[in-house]
Amino acid sequence: MNAESSLDLVRLSLRDPDCVREFSASSWERLIRQARSAGLLARLAALLDERALLASVPAGPAAHFLAGRTLASAQQEEVRREVTHIADALRSLSLPLILLKGTAYLLAGLPASLGRTFSDVDVLVPKNRLAEAEAALMLAGWATTHHSDYDQRYYRRWMHELPPLQHIRRQTLLDVHHAILPDTARLKPPSYKLIEAAEPLDGHPGLSVLSPADMVLHSMAHLFHNEEMSNGLRDLSDLDLLLRHFGARPGFWEQLVERSKELDLERPLYYGLRQTQAILDTPVPTTALATSNGAAPRWPLRGVMDLLWAHALRSPHRTARRPMTGMALFALYVRAHWLRMPPVQLACHLAVKATRRKA
Amino acid sequence: MTPRALRQQLHGTGLRLRTGPIVTSIRSRLDAVVDGISLHYAGHAVEDATAFADFSVSVERPAGLRRWISPQVVFSIDGDASFAPLPGDQGFPMLEWGLNWCVSSHCHQFLVVHAAVLERGGKALLLPAPSGSGKSTLCAALAFNGWRVLSDELALLDPRQGHAVALPRPISLKNESIDLIRAFAPQATFGPVVHETLKGNVAHLRPPPDAVARADEPAFPAWLVAPRFSASAEARLDPMPKARAFMGLVSSAFNYNVHGRAGFRALARLVDDADCYEFSYHRLDDAVRIFDRFG
Repeated sequence: MNAESSLDLVRLSLRDPDCVREFSASSWERLIRQARSAGLLARLAALLDERALLASVPAGPAAHFLAGRTLASAQQEEVRREVTHIADALRSLSLPLILLKGTAYLLAGLPASLGRTFSDVDVLVPKNRLAEAEAALMLAGWATTHHSDYDQRYYRRWMHELPPLQHIRRQTLLDVHHAILPDTARLKPPSYKLIEAAEPLDGHPGLSVLSPADMVLHSMAHLFHNEEMSNGLRDLSDLDLLLRHFGARPGFWEQLVERSKELDLERPLYYGLRQTQAILDTPVPTTALATSNGAAPRWPLRGVMDLLWAHALRSPHRTARRPMTGMALFALYVRAHWLRMPPVQLACHLAVKATRRKA
Repeated sequence: MTPRALRQQLHGTGLRLRTGPIVTSIRSRLDAVVDGISLHYAGHAVEDATAFADFSVSVERPAGLRRWISPQVVFSIDGDASFAPLPGDQGFPMLEWGLNWCVSSHCHQFLVVHAAVLERGGKALLLPAPSGSGKSTLCAALAFNGWRVLSDELALLDPRQGHAVALPRPISLKNESIDLIRAFAPQATFGPVVHETLKGNVAHLRPPPDAVARADEPAFPAWLVAPRFSASAEARLDPMPKARAFMGLVSSAFNYNVHGRAGFRALARLVDDADCYEFSYHRLDDAVRIFDRFG
């Protein structure tokens, strides 16, 4: 297989939107298929629009950009509505309610919400108030989704979130977190520090978002611990937009590096800075890069991880797959589980998953 | 295009078939699919290999034993098999259902409504209805009696301007409708009947030539008629309250939720501007006669 046959045009266009000026019809076709499969049609459309390139896109691909943007804005409208419902349901508890991930980018009006697609809403509440929050949400119509005893125990005892909740009438999904990594994971960012530093959201009394450094570190911890990479390139693009936005603020980079130590997230910071810079050409100051390099894994693992991310953080479309992509995705799947639980517990969990009948 | 060239493209890099605003690159080595396309899409434009294709699909036999033992067919979009395989003789219906799925789940540039659309005198007639209401039968009867068919299944509405865009494709008929239309429109060209599909027996009908030739002429909906086949009742055309017409359209739309407020406005304007009726019938003659009075 030659290099051309696995060319990832989504990655190229995220990195340098101007490259679409040179596209042939077959390049456009490849880009649309790869972007659709990566959930990045609307993101690309927004980035092209920002550079006044959208108007010159040929009619064929332009229709798909329009379709993607229509879908993304419907999802964004829905997320805003859901956040209002969630805030209403939890208001009487007056607990710190922190929006996470895409939900936070959208409500905070950050560039990382540009063309962002959604499948659920993510919030964080203090662990000691989780039961109250769940009860209040149930009263307002959110019901748990994973009904086997094992799954319920898996989430409630080991994970950093409740089993996903679904609203019985609107069918929307809600993830209620109490931490940003599983309780059983190797790295243990303390949630109370995140909650202390959270910043109130303008115009939405009672709602907060993580501080800029924490938001970036959470995005990195999530992406580089994930077992499943079908949204990997989208998440990397979120990270790129977050870093470009916050990176312009004085003192941000020093805070970011400092904060990664306080939160036990130095390794995800290393991966995050290195991979956004390598793949999407994100501007990262050399001092920040140099400091975070201190948390890099040792040779030869360091080189192996670079290779794995390079193979995995691509459009999942088959035209973007490289010969080793399947192996890289499997290795990262195993790695994610390895980081998530101690070995014996992991072995038991995998045994249960392998032997039970599909629910 | 010669049958040989058609087969070569379907077997090879893909036939880039234009259906209204959509170009689909289709690959298949199944004779039933090759024959189905050469019969039903004989009048359609085929784009050259450098043209932009909206979707890339294939209908093939799966690898492994099922290729030989009670064979199956698999529909793939972009190389991913998105649906459960079907029995081996259902290749062409599966292609048609797959193409419908591509449009209804991805083409959000349109408000996509589960409805037949026909046109006469520049004005469109919309027949939204759940499966089994006789929508396709009625559509086929009208398509051979003075109306131009834009689609028998998917109304593509422009959410801003409100017009319907044509998506000329074979008309799909089920069970008793097949013989009914054979008798009613002897000039119609039928493909083979495929038995025991998910929807019963299915046969496709080649779209009339003017439906294909005039695919780039949109039309604004002037009539909205909810048909109901009823073996007992005489043909009746009753005015339908606008609110009920609106709610019917909403429940027939595949992507109403995707269009938010714009979708609400588009459908509200459609029922405001169109004459809305409920229509029950059991003889196609009556139906054609009553629809003749329109316009």
